[in-house]
Amino acid sequence: MLELNDINTYYDNSHVLHNVSLDVKAGETVALLGRNGVGKTTTMRTIMGLTPARMGEIKFKGTDIVRWKPYQIARAGLGFVPEERWIFPTLTVHQNLLIGQKNVADPGGPAAGRWTLEKCYEAFPSLKKRQYAKGGTLSGGEQQMLTIARTLVGNPEMILIDEPTEGLAPKIVEVVADIIRDIAEQGMTVLLVEQKLAIALDLADRIYVISKGMIQWYGSPEELRANDSVRKAYLEV
Amino acid sequence: MEALSIIPVQFLHGLVYGMLLFLVASGLTLIFGMMGVLNFAHGALYMLGAYFSFSILRWTGQFWLCMIVAPLLVGAFGILMERFLLRQVHRYGHAHELLLTFGLAYIIEELVKWIWGNQPLHVEIPAMLAGSVQFLGITYPTYRLFILLISAIVFAVLFLILYKTRAGIIVTAAVSRAEMVNALGINVPLVFMLLFGVGGALAGLAGVIGGPYLITNPGMASTIIIDLFVVVVVGGLGSLPGALLASFLIGELQSFGILLIPQMAIALEFLLMAVVLIVKPEGLLGDKA
Ligand SMILES: Nc1ncnc2c1ncn2[C@@H]1O[C@H](COP(=O)(O)OP(=O)(O)OP(=O)(O)O)[C@@H](O)[C@H]1O
Ligand SMILES: [Mg+2]
Repeated sequence: MLELNDINTYYDNSHVLHNVSLDVKAGETVALLGRNGVGKTTTMRTIMGLTPARMGEIKFKGTDIVRWKPYQIARAGLGFVPEERWIFPTLTVHQNLLIGQKNVADPGGPAAGRWTLEKCYEAFPSLKKRQYAKGGTLSGGEQQMLTIARTLVGNPEMILIDEPTEGLAPKIVEVVADIIRDIAEQGMTVLLVEQKLAIALDLADRIYVISKGMIQWYGSPEELRANDSVRKAYLEV
Repeated sequence: MEALSIIPVQFLHGLVYGMLLFLVASGLTLIFGMMGVLNFAHGALYMLGAYFSFSILRWTGQFWLCMIVAPLLVGAFGILMERFLLRQVHRYGHAHELLLTFGLAYIIEELVKWIWGNQPLHVEIPAMLAGSVQFLGITYPTYRLFILLISAIVFAVLFLILYKTRAGIIVTAAVSRAEMVNALGINVPLVFMLLFGVGGALAGLAGVIGGPYLITNPGMASTIIIDLFVVVVVGGLGSLPGALLASFLIGELQSFGILLIPQMAIALEFLLMAVVLIVKPEGLLGDKA
């Protein structure tokens, strides 16, 4: 579904991603792991067109989208759940979700499995409770759920989720991990950045390890569990 | 009796000027208040509305047509301005925008003098609005009441669109987090360009309406521009009700100021600004930063 070939990304003159190649197949959950500042977020921003690659190719459903604008990439079916969450603080929870909707009318009723506002509220009861609260007043966990729901309600075929459990209380971390597992089990393709190794190993079908803007290793969760040297070199502190 | 009726009349004068100020400032609320583009040429857009209206009126004799065509022309001009000038410099910050639009305001003013001359122009108001109305023992020009009506309509329509429709929600969201809105599938640069167009069109409409009242002349842009920024900042950046309130206060301050302490009338507005900014830096109805 998504394929990066030799992607090179810069912030002005600083070269952050070096020939990054990875692929995510339809229905898979792939985790991108690495220490702080190694280029995980930059990889997602590059895929989304927010920090466009200077060289390389990004194929989404077979089409090269590397020169596309973010809104075109989103309309093509990629959803982005950013690390910073970027809730619209002065808008209500409900209004935040409205922004995420792509076509307001769903002629002939929603197709099976499509995300509607109702389905979001069903899946995220805590958001329904706070439907009319301003986004800025939500707790960290609620904000994270709103960010995910806001992206889902646009019905992407694949979502990029950047550190969804960062800064959350252990209980909420579990809730968010369960949500991602549910979404993936319903058939969503997921590219996940997650610092908590146990969660990543649990959710992912395959794993890429990145360091200093270069992909260093890839394999299955079982292989990573068994591979002390990779974990020591690139993940554990 | 004479002395007593001066108070409601003076109040009405202040209200009319205030609401006209709001009409011009409403566009700046969108462009500067919400989008954060420091457009010093907003007064010039308003002036263009007045001059376009003058010419359209001369060719067609239709004031109502002016009210449609002139705002469209000024709106289109605003869109071109955003697309080819301001979008290029926005990321370098306010200093660039200020200089660029300050220069543009000058250029427009000189062009206006060149095309239409230095003299104030007389704009005929439609016969229907030319008379006066009597109410509560006061005789008041119909046209000024018409200004109040148009301001009220503009406020109501803008308010409903901005705060009650998805388009308005998108604007608010795009202003606070452009990247996120973009990544949710909305063409944010297009949203900003259209918003600039609407802001320009509102300035143009204000020019059509204000021209006959404040006199169409090449100095009308520079006379009003500072008042406009005071309105937007005192009201609270991006707050439409705030702009309305600030316009009202400034209109009344000027109106009663001239009556009571003529020497200080102009300074009162800036006194109000200073007090508001010290006591409530986010403006009367602005969101706390
Ligand atoms: N806007 C920016 N301008 C310049 N450099 C940046 C910018 N954003 C990130 N960088 C740099 O690019 C490198 C990769 O950053 P990135 O945010 O992709 O890392 P990350 O793997 O997501 O880290 P974290 O785990 O802390 O989120 C870092 O060295 C960072 O300092
Ligand atoms: Mg990151």
